[in-house]
Amino acid sequence: MSVSLETIDLPHLSSLAVHVALYKDVQNTSYLRQQLLSANTEFEYAFIDATMILSRAHAVSAIFRAVNDYSNERLKSRNIHSEIVFSLSPTNNIADSFRKFGISDSTNNLLVVKVSTTPNITHESVAAHLAQHVQGSSIPFDDVALAGISDVAKIKKAYKLGSLPSAAPNQANGTHGDGKKRLELSVLGAIALRGAT
Amino acid sequence: MTTADPPPSSSTYTPPPPFNTSTTPLIPIYQGAEAHLYKTTFLTPSTPAALKIRPSKPYRHPILDRRLTRARILQEARCLHKLVKEDVSVPAVLGLDWEFAVAADNEGNRNGNGGSWLVMEWIEGEVVRVILERWERYMKGLARESGSQEIPEGEAEKVRGLLRKIGAAVGSLHKAGVIHGDLTTSNLILRPFSPAAANAPEEEHSSPSMEGEIVMIDFGLASQSVQDEDRAVDLYVLERAFGSSHPRTEKFFEEVLVGYRESYKGAGPALKRLEDVRMRGRKRSMIG
Repeated sequence: MSVSLETIDLPHLSSLAVHVALYKDVQNTSYLRQQLLSANTEFEYAFIDATMILSRAHAVSAIFRAVNDYSNERLKSRNIHSEIVFSLSPTNNIADSFRKFGISDSTNNLLVVKVSTTPNITHESVAAHLAQHVQGSSIPFDDVALAGISDVAKIKKAYKLGSLPSAAPNQANGTHGDGKKRLELSVLGAIALRGAT
Repeated sequence: MTTADPPPSSSTYTPPPPFNTSTTPLIPIYQGAEAHLYKTTFLTPSTPAALKIRPSKPYRHPILDRRLTRARILQEARCLHKLVKEDVSVPAVLGLDWEFAVAADNEGNRNGNGGSWLVMEWIEGEVVRVILERWERYMKGLARESGSQEIPEGEAEKVRGLLRKIGAAVGSLHKAGVIHGDLTTSNLILRPFSPAAANAPEEEHSSPSMEGEIVMIDFGLASQSVQDEDRAVDLYVLERAFGSSHPRTEKFFEEVLVGYRESYKGAGPALKRLEDVRMRGRKRSMIG
């Protein structure tokens, strides 16, 4: 099965390559989750429930925060991949962030992220490993695909942004265009500000 | 976010990580006493962003320096985040680091001077100061040609419309419970409604466009308050800025207050308070 694995270029952190793949209709989520729980190092990935991802920028901002914290040697969780899942969270509760944003047995749509922390992790090795072990259909990691997957109500709840309107803002000097853009920017702010006491 | 001020010198200063090793261009925009501002990209190579770095100050005690810098960058980020959620037109927070990261040297030691940074959404457009200056030059030229100081009604109405928009923007800010702390015409950007208009070069000898939306920037001195006194002082600072930077526009300042009054319920008491503030100045009396 061919995988559309994208290697993204993170501005300012280009020394670490980041590989991302998006899947729908994944059949073996409980198997993948088991590998994480048993801390199988072969399966050190950020496995994210893609219904909790609003847009590309949403995922990338969490990746940026985790990679930056990794570069500064201040991870709060076990490794850079668990940190990516944790970085999606607006709160400091790690277990809770895995429950909300991480893979669960009922996950159908999966976002997989792998950071090349060592030279032997390459686009080819990651693509080959994922092709072998993830049973699902690979789709492009873009806003169009994510828009068809994301559960806006659940995302709003997770970020406590329930009061944001889904429709266009009505204020006279209203700014951020449609409600989706405003929700996205509010989510990015929540990710950036996590832990700011 | 463009100004005519000279860019910071790049001689000795090293920005905090990850920007010290970044291969992404950082274009210096402005350097103030507290912070450096750069234009760069963030999250994707095609997303423009404003990077504000608050460098550590070597003359301060390190512990105090950390605390002050951290508190200030967080204050700014929190205000912006709150305002984005409330749909007030300000740049959104895209990234932030208040931990004073320091680059590791070859031995892996992390000491030296770091700093805190904040990445914000890039706002297209021109600051209101530049637009009003261009407009005042145009009016001056017009007056010279016609020999009359009279401002054509169309031009007057255009400026009144802009000033009412400014008042409404400040009102939406105060309604959300935030005080800007440094309202000047350099901290207001007129963002054109269409991206194409933003790139169209303005002709020097024409009346500048005043179409667009007012976006407030630079929340480095912002605080959260719903007190009439604080709101009135915010307006007073803006009024004084108009008086000193835009003499030909000053007589229209009343329109800012008109726009402000209509923008939210608490505007009335704040404007009443403004009359007291005008009598005594920005600082509150220390007697009693």
